Amino acid sequence: MTWTNPLTLLRHGWTRHWNPDRPVRTVVSNLPFEDLKKREQPNRRYEGNAIRTNKYRLWSFIPMNLFEQFHRMANIYFVGLAILNFVPVVNAFQPEVALIPICIILALTAVKDGWEDFRRYQTDQQLNNTPCFIFSRKQMCFVERRWKDVRVGDFVRVLSNEIIPADILLLHTSDPNGVCHMETANLDGETSLKQRKVVPGFSSLGEPFQPQTFDSTVVCENPNNNLNLFKGYVERPDKRRTGFGIDSLLLRGCMVRNTDDAAGIVVYAGHETKSMLNNSGPRYKRSKIERKMNTDVLFCVVLLFFMCLIGALGHAIWLETFSSMPSYIVPDSNGNYTPSVLAGFYMFFTMIILLQVMIPVSLYVSIELVKMGQIFFITQDVELYDEELDRRVQCRALNITEDLGQIQYVFSDKTGTLTENKMVFRRCSVMGTEYCHEENVVVPDRKLILEVDRQMASIQTGPYLDFFLALAICNTVLVSSVTAQRQRVRVNVADLAGAERVGDVLRALTHSTKTRGGETLADPFSIDEDESDGFHSSDVSDAAGQKVISSERKVKSGLSGSEEVCYEAHSPDEAALIHAAKAYGFTMMERTPHYVTVKLPDEALLKFEVLDILTFDSTRRRMSIIVRHPHTKEIIMYTKGADSAIMERLGNVFSVKSEAKQTAVKTQRDLDMYARNGLRTLCFAKKVISEQEFRAWSAVRQEALSAIEEKEERLMETANFIESSFTLLGATGIEDRLQESVPETIQALRRAGMQVWVLTGDKPETAINIAYSCKLLEHEDLVFTFISVILQSLCKMRLEDTLGELRRSMLPPGADHQFRGYSSAFTGPLMEPSIGLVIDGPTLSMAMSDELVEQFVELCKHCRAVLCCRVTPLQKSAVVKLIRQKLRVMTLAVGDGANDVNMIQAADVGIGVSGQEGMQAVMASDFAITRFKHLQRLLLVHGHWCYSRLANMVIYFFYKNVAYVNLLFWYQFFCGFSATAMIDYWLMIFFNLFFTSAPPIMFGIMEKEVSDSTLLSLPELYKRGQHSEGYRRSTFWIAILDAFYQSLVCFFIPYWTYNGSDIGIFAFGTPMNTVSLFTIILHLAIEIKSWTAVHWVIMIGSVLVYFIVTLAYSAICISCNPPSDPYWIMHKQMADPMFYLVCILTTVVALLPRTFFTEILLLWSEKERSANGSKLYTG
Amino acid sequence: MKNEGEASEQPDNTAFTQQQLPAWQPILSAGIVIPGFLIIGLAFLGIGIGLFLTSQTIQVLEMDYTGVEKDSPCFQCTIQSVQNCTCEVTFSLSALFTGPVFFYYGLSNYFQNFRKYGVSKDYYQLTGDTQYFKSPRDVCFPYSHDSKNNPIVPCGAIANSMFNDTFELYQIINGTKKKVPLDGKGISWWTDFNIKYRNPSSVNGSFASAFDGTVKPINWPKAAYELDLTDPNNNGFLNQDFLVWMRRAALPQFRKLYRRITEGDYAGGLPAGNYSLTVHYNYPVLSFDGRKKLVFSNVSWMGGKNDFLGIAYLVVGSLCVVMSVVMLIVYAKFKFSDDDDA
Repeated sequence: MTWTNPLTLLRHGWTRHWNPDRPVRTVVSNLPFEDLKKREQPNRRYEGNAIRTNKYRLWSFIPMNLFEQFHRMANIYFVGLAILNFVPVVNAFQPEVALIPICIILALTAVKDGWEDFRRYQTDQQLNNTPCFIFSRKQMCFVERRWKDVRVGDFVRVLSNEIIPADILLLHTSDPNGVCHMETANLDGETSLKQRKVVPGFSSLGEPFQPQTFDSTVVCENPNNNLNLFKGYVERPDKRRTGFGIDSLLLRGCMVRNTDDAAGIVVYAGHETKSMLNNSGPRYKRSKIERKMNTDVLFCVVLLFFMCLIGALGHAIWLETFSSMPSYIVPDSNGNYTPSVLAGFYMFFTMIILLQVMIPVSLYVSIELVKMGQIFFITQDVELYDEELDRRVQCRALNITEDLGQIQYVFSDKTGTLTENKMVFRRCSVMGTEYCHEENVVVPDRKLILEVDRQMASIQTGPYLDFFLALAICNTVLVSSVTAQRQRVRVNVADLAGAERVGDVLRALTHSTKTRGGETLADPFSIDEDESDGFHSSDVSDAAGQKVISSERKVKSGLSGSEEVCYEAHSPDEAALIHAAKAYGFTMMERTPHYVTVKLPDEALLKFEVLDILTFDSTRRRMSIIVRHPHTKEIIMYTKGADSAIMERLGNVFSVKSEAKQTAVKTQRDLDMYARNGLRTLCFAKKVISEQEFRAWSAVRQEALSAIEEKEERLMETANFIESSFTLLGATGIEDRLQESVPETIQALRRAGMQVWVLTGDKPETAINIAYSCKLLEHEDLVFTFISVILQSLCKMRLEDTLGELRRSMLPPGADHQFRGYSSAFTGPLMEPSIGLVIDGPTLSMAMSDELVEQFVELCKHCRAVLCCRVTPLQKSAVVKLIRQKLRVMTLAVGDGANDVNMIQAADVGIGVSGQEGMQAVMASDFAITRFKHLQRLLLVHGHWCYSRLANMVIYFFYKNVAYVNLLFWYQFFCGFSATAMIDYWLMIFFNLFFTSAPPIMFGIMEKEVSDSTLLSLPELYKRGQHSEGYRRSTFWIAILDAFYQSLVCFFIPYWTYNGSDIGIFAFGTPMNTVSLFTIILHLAIEIKSWTAVHWVIMIGSVLVYFIVTLAYSAICISCNPPSDPYWIMHKQMADPMFYLVCILTTVVALLPRTFFTEILLLWSEKERSANGSKLYTG
Repeated sequence: MKNEGEASEQPDNTAFTQQQLPAWQPILSAGIVIPGFLIIGLAFLGIGIGLFLTSQTIQVLEMDYTGVEKDSPCFQCTIQSVQNCTCEVTFSLSALFTGPVFFYYGLSNYFQNFRKYGVSKDYYQLTGDTQYFKSPRDVCFPYSHDSKNNPIVPCGAIANSMFNDTFELYQIINGTKKKVPLDGKGISWWTDFNIKYRNPSSVNGSFASAFDGTVKPINWPKAAYELDLTDPNNNGFLNQDFLVWMRRAALPQFRKLYRRITEGDYAGGLPAGNYSLTVHYNYPVLSFDGRKKLVFSNVSWMGGKNDFLGIAYLVVGSLCVVMSVVMLIVYAKFKFSDDDDA
């Protein structure tokens, strides 16, 4: 999709060129110009809405596809060879025949490209022809057209559940409040609804939309790809300007929800829409092996060069030995012979053609196939499938599977990655009293319920009620109407439904408690006894229990009833809070921009008028909602926020009135306790604002809102102004439970030699707590803490101190732990003093400054675990980049939220956890998993497999090509270096194409050196990949040497057998071709560690195919490929016992050394293992 | 986003997709490999002995008749000016040379595998297609037309360089020469004679007329249709000597079958006695340091004499045995040290 055709580029270039004069886009209505020609349209310069993502057109397919394909080095190499073959003085084969390989490759690729492109074309056509409603001036109504007819300046109406055809500035909705909901799942995968508002002043309540009266000019930014930013204003004929932002823009590709219809003017269309600009194609990363492989291909080129040089020199010298030319040397047209030096020069190129297979071009195609197979198996793994979400592991980057097996540093996010990010309301502290809740669900605390009931019954107001009201309304949660409920698998539908059912049960329970409450009043002591140890659901008295069961049944049957309320929360924290409020009977029933309705425990509805919402931002770290109480008409502001953000703004704390102060102190104590327990804390506060105060503030606020310059700063100022002198209501502690098996996973990754870092935005206390509970840090670890180091000099000092201390403690050098495999299992973790580092964001930025960075990296090298807290998304990626560049290690970043996107993209391998926080991380990732624990299997099993498979396959491929091509090379010494091939050219092509291609590909996809259970139980085996042991330079050279040896054997045994006899050229080549096949296939057979039916079929099949094809070919081909005449040669050879004797001997001799050394090494390692075992046993 | 009704994402839980297919893991333990090497070694020794003994039974007689040395019978023929030179090579057999005896001529330092040489023939001509008689294909160049631009048939370097020494063999019995009949039938490949090569059909009953408008290759003394005037089945492109020559040798040192001795008194072989070979010496090799020789040989199931393969089997067989012993020692040593530790 990234590809844009030259025409579009040209057009883009032109528009860009044209744009700088006008940094903004001006759009007017098309309606007055409806009948004019295209040339006179005011918006003619903007792109239309038809999209075209296919690269080719019918007429341009062949030239353009060829042009594209020739951008690949491999193809250029092939074509170069083919062209070379057309030069008469240097050609080695029939020129036409030499074109075959390149034609096959080009044709296959062209078919693949064409098919893909055709599918893109089909999708485009489908999109372009989707119906939509455009306003027509002639018919004075919206008429049905196609998406491709939409132009900038048109008025478009979108109905509920329809997809938006272009970026539309919202001017009208059917909603009386002028809002419209939109689901952006198509864009970013987020399933929560986003609210969009009509541009102020255009929402005329209840009136039908009349585009023909629209006479304003829309001025907005030029198209960009920022989905969250959009600025502009509408200028009316009287020069009045109304500003608008992203919350008035309907984005192409999104779906309108909960709104009957919405209409507006198109501002961006087609390729200029934000969603299209965001469409960057699949990510292309080059894996570590591939980088290494490319240098080895260069080695092959060098090798080829020298072989050709030898051929050229040899030919020249050979020609020099003749005093007069013998009859077998063919002169040129004039009967002259080419001078030997010139002939040698020509021969150099002929040799390149002859020995071209030396460069394993087919390797690239094979690797692509192998990776496809590997990805197939990764995604097929049932162990990585999440039943709950019905989602399997996704491989988004197609070519870095083997990098999974080489990871050295793991950077993880905390929330949602290590933890569930399913927030559970665990504790709350109201007016200084602490209430604890059950672990799994919100089971209301009885004492708290009593307090609430008491207040409900008596005065209708009070801190307890306020607390729950704040919980219920101080958020941005939307209530989705039941009628518009969408049919889809939602991430947490099951949970919500569960929670809801529980909520209902609890309401029933509450009810029962209430009835009991009546009794309580009569006999308070019995209850106190009952509840002194806190309330546990299992302790419910029998009578109540029965009631619960019966009511539960009722609830189940009535679940689909109209009572159901579904919340669309932006963050799981909000969902947890609102469900907690609901559990206590404070149910938010409806939210519109102007009203919010809450149902109280006594079923009464309270409809608050919303006066303003001060949304959450990361600087203020709190949000507020200003409402007017329906009964008292008081203006109340409810605020929630981080403890520090609230506590320092409390009113009355320092006054003598000790009650408030007491509450604050107690609450603070509770908050500290929450943090120690790893809970996420929030404070709730309230403020009653007098009418005048609000009016004065509101005026300032409005001014700030309509400001264009420094809008953000001014808005912040106004918010800060009103958010002060709070009355503390209480605090909540929300638990974010660790995902299952997180400690085990982290320990396994550790044992596998990976260093695990956790980067989180949470505060240090919470983070450290989680770190201990997930075994990132352990209690016997030496932990250095760098928190709130204010001065750089101080930071420097501490870094130096720490490093000095480390060096001292390292002196008894157990540091060199380059043990591999089994040995490290016993030595590594025992000897190494494990060091942890905790550092916070501000200190981190100091440590990463230029002067301290070296020391910091030095320190990090020694640390087994690093915990960074309070870091920003940018810092996360900076840390990853720093480690990746300074230590030159393979890094992996795993995260689930939008704040992890930078980090995920910075790392070598980015992993997205599809969780509760939308899909942005997944969209940016290379692999997407659903649980953190899947990382263990993904890396230790699939990573290891993919790495060793690919490494072995690549090595094998180099070996195979060199071994085969060298046969031809050795023959040159016996044919006057004249580039004669003793093997039929077709058979040579078949050899690479059919006979020996399937086994290595199968090997690369299916080889199982070690079983998954072993890999999981011995994570140390992963270190093989980390140290790149599967594919070193030495491995490469050993393979090349072996290839040379084998080719020597495969050539010289037949040579000495047949030398001096009456054998013909191709009869001589046939046994060589055959022994090569046997050697190459059996060589692989030695490498294969586990044989499945597929292996047998492919291996035996390859040999059978060889014999069948060769026999058939030499039976049919009487004279098809001069100068070789394969006719009946194979048959004649196969009737000769010598053929078999030669084949057996050669194959055995060729494979003898490899088998022997493999065996000796095996014996050696067995001894080593048993020695280690006994050492362990005795020690 | 998916609808609830749609199929689940759950992967198939089959042995194949889960990579849990039943697999055979060959464990190359010492218990298998050491006996394996031993068995292979012994089998090779057996084959080697068989091959070597068979090879020993094959009799070979080779005579160089290039005439490099002054005292060699064909020396006078190496002098350029001499035309139609004939020389006589004599040899004596002390024992019966068992038949059937194969009579080869051998060339060395002769690169029939030179690439441009190998390309230089027109297959279509050789299938008797007279259209290519008029205009031989470019591959034959420069042996496609003579200096007067007449097309050459058969064209090309291979045909042009055809070996043209001829031999007659006599047994000398009591001073008189008794001609040994030489059988020239079926010395080429059956497929060449019957399928690949075809003569042009005769024009007006005359085979020679089919070659009208063409000239013989420059080096040939007579045209293709005159190669064997006695036997029409051995004439033209189907001439056995021509077919043998056209099948190019793989290596610069080679021999080609000339005749077989299968007839008359000599069907059982060449009896002991003195023999004389009359060589019609035409083919020049000295200019490129080549050698010509005559070879008499009988054959067995393994073809001609070949000591190499037998010896190679013996060597490799013993090597395998040695390796198995080495591995056994290594293995035993480890075993012992293990026992010591334990």
